[in-house]
Amino acid sequence: MVVEVAEPVDGRIIGLSCDALEETELLERLRSGDEAAFATLVGTYQTRMLRLARGFVPSQGVAEEVVQDTWLGVVRGIDRFEGRSSVASWLFTILVNRAKSAGQRERRHWAATDLDTDHDALEHFDAGGAWAPAPEAWAEEAEDRLVALKLAARARACLDELPPTQREVVLLRDVEGLDAAEVCSVLGITDANQRVLLHRGRARVRCALGEEIGQR
Amino acid sequence: MRWLRERALVCREAVALMSDYLDRRLPARDIKRLERHLAECPHCHEYLEQLRVTIEALGEAQPDDLSPEALDELVVVYRRWRDE
Repeated sequence: MVVEVAEPVDGRIIGLSCDALEETELLERLRSGDEAAFATLVGTYQTRMLRLARGFVPSQGVAEEVVQDTWLGVVRGIDRFEGRSSVASWLFTILVNRAKSAGQRERRHWAATDLDTDHDALEHFDAGGAWAPAPEAWAEEAEDRLVALKLAARARACLDELPPTQREVVLLRDVEGLDAAEVCSVLGITDANQRVLLHRGRARVRCALGEEIGQR
Repeated sequence: MRWLRERALVCREAVALMSDYLDRRLPARDIKRLERHLAECPHCHEYLEQLRVTIEALGEAQPDDLSPEALDELVVVYRRWRDE
């Protein structure tokens, strides 16, 4: 992954500027105490980590505490991070471990709940397994750039409505771009479960996008 | 068991394979079965395209930017670590 580096302006770290930087260089700069590099890391991941943390804990306030705690863990662990996984995978693993501890009491057990949700209600088949009724056609409409933008906004809102474990997998795979093995490692789930949760999560988002287009 | 492998898919089964198909995680045998079904079933073909659009939309679903104040707070934490 290539990230952009923030540079100090008038003594303050703001925004991101133009220099592209490889992860290894970013890590070297973090270890040497480079504030601009740290600001880059935070700017790149803070809101993404908040969104992921939100799936594990009961409130936004707790999620913010978890992310703050994660950054402390990151700062303390920079010297020990060997770069064997991607920076994203490393950060999300620290986050998920902390979020799981914070949300342990409130969190429903995923195996008993999200895997048994009403997935079949999203698509309708007859007794023989054929469509009944057939899905309404709208994929072609999404080629329109304005429609695509609207769908991205709806997809983002829909993420928050997914059952927590589906949201975590869809977020890490389709929004963050982690591969399947990384997602399994970060969330501590099996490949089989990862596949089921991803498929169901995507199917739900697809359903919401269809409704969005149908309302136009 | 050869006859089982060659049995044509029904739509419900085809849909269950599509996510793995788009992720290129489907075994060659299932790819063939699914593609054979897709060639004959416009509804499943449409569903596959909708799933493709969904994944693209999710890829563009980026979160809001971090506020400058929140960023400043975290840089202070980092500075403290650096100066320890």
